[in-house]
Amino acid sequence: MSGIHIEGLRKQFPDGTVAVEHLDLEIADGELFVLLGPSGCGKTTTLRCIAGLEHQTSGDVRIGDQLVNGRRAGERDIAMVFQFYALYPHLTARDNIAFPLRAQKVATSEVERRVAASAEMLKITDLLDRKPSRLSGGEQQRIALARALVRAPQAFLMDEPLTNLDAELRIDMRTEIKHLQAELGTTMVYVTHDQVEAMSLGDRIGIMNGGRLEQVGAPLDVYRNPATLFTAGFIGTPPMNLFDVAVDGPALVGPGGLRLPRPADATGTGLVAGVRAEWLGIAGPDGDGASGQVVATESLGDETIYVVDVADQRLSVREPPTAQWRDGDAVTVHHFARFEPRVYDGDTGRLLGADPAPAQAMRAPGDAAPGPTTTDPARSGADAGTA
Amino acid sequence: MLAVVLMLFPAFWMLITSLKDIQDVYAATVFDFTPTLDNYRDVFVSTSAAGGASDLVTNFSNSVIITAMATLLATLIGVPAAWGFSRFDIKGAKDQLFFILSTRFMPPVVVVIPLFVMYRWAGLYDTRTGLILLYTAFNLPFTIWMMKGFVDEIPGEYEDALMMDGYSRLQAFRQGSLPLLVPGILATAVFSMIFTWNEFTFAVFLTGSTARTVPPAIAGLLGGQSTPWGLVAAAAMVFAVPVLAFGFLVRKHLVAGMTFGAVRR
Repeated sequence: MSGIHIEGLRKQFPDGTVAVEHLDLEIADGELFVLLGPSGCGKTTTLRCIAGLEHQTSGDVRIGDQLVNGRRAGERDIAMVFQFYALYPHLTARDNIAFPLRAQKVATSEVERRVAASAEMLKITDLLDRKPSRLSGGEQQRIALARALVRAPQAFLMDEPLTNLDAELRIDMRTEIKHLQAELGTTMVYVTHDQVEAMSLGDRIGIMNGGRLEQVGAPLDVYRNPATLFTAGFIGTPPMNLFDVAVDGPALVGPGGLRLPRPADATGTGLVAGVRAEWLGIAGPDGDGASGQVVATESLGDETIYVVDVADQRLSVREPPTAQWRDGDAVTVHHFARFEPRVYDGDTGRLLGADPAPAQAMRAPGDAAPGPTTTDPARSGADAGTA
Repeated sequence: MLAVVLMLFPAFWMLITSLKDIQDVYAATVFDFTPTLDNYRDVFVSTSAAGGASDLVTNFSNSVIITAMATLLATLIGVPAAWGFSRFDIKGAKDQLFFILSTRFMPPVVVVIPLFVMYRWAGLYDTRTGLILLYTAFNLPFTIWMMKGFVDEIPGEYEDALMMDGYSRLQAFRQGSLPLLVPGILATAVFSMIFTWNEFTFAVFLTGSTARTVPPAIAGLLGGQSTPWGLVAAAAMVFAVPVLAFGFLVRKHLVAGMTFGAVRR
């Protein structure tokens, strides 16, 4: 087991596309780190550079204290799980799991023992004699996971392993992977484009866009304080409401005269405010706020998301199920004074008042010390609270 | 039904012609003749006073050797090339692929004269090596293009997984993708084989008597004082058998190969 340290990673493909641009990242030993971003943001390329399946144009990758730049994938002692499970179709589940060990010429009795152990861990003991074609997607992915952990590698790399599963199964497997990682305490780098998956899995999340790391932090930290406009518009369901605001004394004024408290750093012009749906409230047309019209409602059971058109700006508002607005209703939207909006520089897209460099990007490996305890949501919350 | 009759009629006519003696051939009867296997004997045994194997036997062995070698070489070179084009980021891969394909744009007759001159000069005229080289070069574009499609269909993750397990790039290809490519390789090889087996233009211009393959040899039977139609038909029948047999043997793979992309994984 060991951490993964990436310094100045850059990957340019022969056709000239730069997939990853100067990426620095410290992943602590035993951490479950999620790389999140839209497709084409360079997250998979980063993962493949760690794996040794791609070779970086420049920069260093260290696994533990070993510089692995020139090493082949097989020499890095890491295991990878793929989106398409890549099970060998002509081998039974058992042989598939045993394959990496046999490739390393591990003794037969030892192979059997370890295959049985990892099969048990993933609850697939009764599937071992089947071939992949006779297994469901979820079962195949379990076999693939067993194959990854049978080698007891220094780190796991997961390349969107749940994308091909249906929604219900995905949630089950998500829990399972998180549990497995916590139990084994092995470093894991998990790539996904699904922010819900990232939020629920990661000890920390790294958000990538256009080959660059936008922000690194604990899930709630990233949710509450998106460091850039991109992150603000990417994280959360719904994502943050983003709109132009102007300074007016101690307040900020948004669309339709919506008034927000002004954070100390928010001065000057060209400001964009980021406001979570739960920081806004809806009142009747005579209420004290910006008038608008409900254009869509999403009832989620325990809450309802209203989309309100305020002076040509769509605002998402999270309300308890007791709120009974209907599409077309004339309403007013107000901002709760106890929440301070995040304010961004409209040109640079960066959060005002934040460190110019993403504050959490570099964290000394010992400093984070996550391990199993960090999987505790209370701990993640506490983490985020300090930021 | 009518289409089937129309399509099969030439083959049927060839079959009955091969069983007729020369009078019956010119009588053009359908069933009213005495079947004879003399023509088939003449395909293999020389009609000259000395006896022995006929020239056609030499032509057949030439055809077999040249076809087998050219198909084998095209496959051996083309499959790894296709894999390379499919898996690696090659500078100007598209241009290279287009260039490879462009060698097939010209009809053989256009290039056959310069080739003839080159072959004379290089001592390749009327040699099996010469034809093998030529057919290999001619089959390669087809093999590369077709195989690239097949390789593209196979997820690279198989090889990635093998490389993670400690195999080298090439070992990963052999262990991971190659077994899954077999239907595609067979399908491609059958097409290469059929093309080479039936090729006429190059063979007629670039061979004399030593390396002559069957298609120009059969054509050579025509003309002269009289045309031995029975022999021509019998030779053609014998000539058609190997391809039919091979196609029949690999038909399962052939269909699997051709529908590869259409099947949901």
